[in-house]
Amino acid sequence: MSKQLQVAAIQNGTVIDHIPNEKLVEVVRLLHLERLPNSSIMIGYNLNSEQLGHKSLIKVSNHYFSKEELDTLCIAIPNATLSIIEDYQIKEKRAFDMPSDFDNIVVCPNPMCITNNEPMPTKFHYCADKKVLKCHYCGKEVETDEVRFTK
Amino acid sequence: MENNSLVSIANLSGEQLKYLLAMGREFEKCPNRKILDGKLVATLFFEPSTRTRLSFETAANRLGARVIGFTDPKVTSSTKGETLKDTIMMVSNYADVIVMRHYLEGAALWATEVSPVPIVNAGDGSNQHPTQTLLDLYTIQQTQGRLEDLNICIVGDLKYGRTVHSLIMAMRHFNPKFQFVAPRELSLPEEYKRYCQEQHISFEETERFDSSSIADADIIYMTRVQRERFTDLMEYERVKDVYILQRDMLGQTKDNMKILHPLPRVNEIAQDVDDDPHAYYFQQAKNGLYMREAVLCNALGYTLDDVRVEK
Ligand SMILES: [Zn+2]
Repeated sequence: MSKQLQVAAIQNGTVIDHIPNEKLVEVVRLLHLERLPNSSIMIGYNLNSEQLGHKSLIKVSNHYFSKEELDTLCIAIPNATLSIIEDYQIKEKRAFDMPSDFDNIVVCPNPMCITNNEPMPTKFHYCADKKVLKCHYCGKEVETDEVRFTK
Repeated sequence: MENNSLVSIANLSGEQLKYLLAMGREFEKCPNRKILDGKLVATLFFEPSTRTRLSFETAANRLGARVIGFTDPKVTSSTKGETLKDTIMMVSNYADVIVMRHYLEGAALWATEVSPVPIVNAGDGSNQHPTQTLLDLYTIQQTQGRLEDLNICIVGDLKYGRTVHSLIMAMRHFNPKFQFVAPRELSLPEEYKRYCQEQHISFEETERFDSSSIADADIIYMTRVQRERFTDLMEYERVKDVYILQRDMLGQTKDNMKILHPLPRVNEIAQDVDDDPHAYYFQQAKNGLYMREAVLCNALGYTLDDVRVEK
């Protein structure tokens, strides 16, 4: 069964594909899809996937996400793909690449960290060798799949 | 002004460390100088630490600076509304440099990001206490004539001991050989062992503490084994008297060996060790004065040449 038959195509907008099923709800929440009144949004759940067995995908018409929103997704769904659609054509398709810094995206798990006790933005650095995020302020390291987000 | 701030030992190079130690040596030669005449040093202690505060204030006074500041007796009272940022902004209107101790980790780094004047970290939670490490290094160099290629035996609480972790990091530039002596519950955390491996620092670990485990040491660095650190109190009872340095253990040690301790001590060094020529922890504490004089001058932009006794 081809992809096109599973979920209808969009003219302009964003497609996020290869989302693990169990991450779908989190991704919907992180992207605040309920706040996009001018977009039609199609969500496919438990679709067939050669890579994952089953997967989810999200198509959002007439909307392109900000860098900050996409950075959040790199942590939540690092193996997903992002496509930018213009006039039914894929204009750009790419994997999510981890930025080296995350500004005010991740909550520090250390209760004694200054960022949890002062109204200030958090800051994390991504350590590619250990695949962890490290708090700029207290030095605490967090596994990417244990991350809590600021919003 | 972030560059002149001192937040952490971790990012300082071997050269930078030696430079600061060289500044400290000038103050050992002559601790009373009017270099900071007309300057104002603020000491903000959001967490009490009489010992550290006295040391910094003595350093400032011996350099001719004036000192303002506060010690918050209760951890909670500074949280009655004002943020750290607001306090720092307010005090930076008055002072040329801010020495701060805080109970939260990362507080000093945050302060450097908002402050127009340099910050000196006098301890932020269990995170960093760089002037303690500097005075440890100073003492090691003073007693051994060098920092390179030394056998350093660290004893006691290696799990929570902030001074221990910073000392390991600072010594990475100088090819040390560590002997880590600790009860199992307080052994060095995996992340620091990994750090040692990454930095090619050689180390051994042992639970045994007796005259044979210290025979090769150039430095014995003692720390406190505290009851409240144990989850298993049976284990505490079993080990509480094991990690005490007794005078009769010192018979076979090297002549140049010195015993250090970040102080305050409770009972982990027996009182009669104080009179042994290997004991050096009180002189070590005194070195804190010289290093804090160096750190204050460096923070305020004075160079080694500026503070040399003979020019
Ligand atoms: Zn943190």
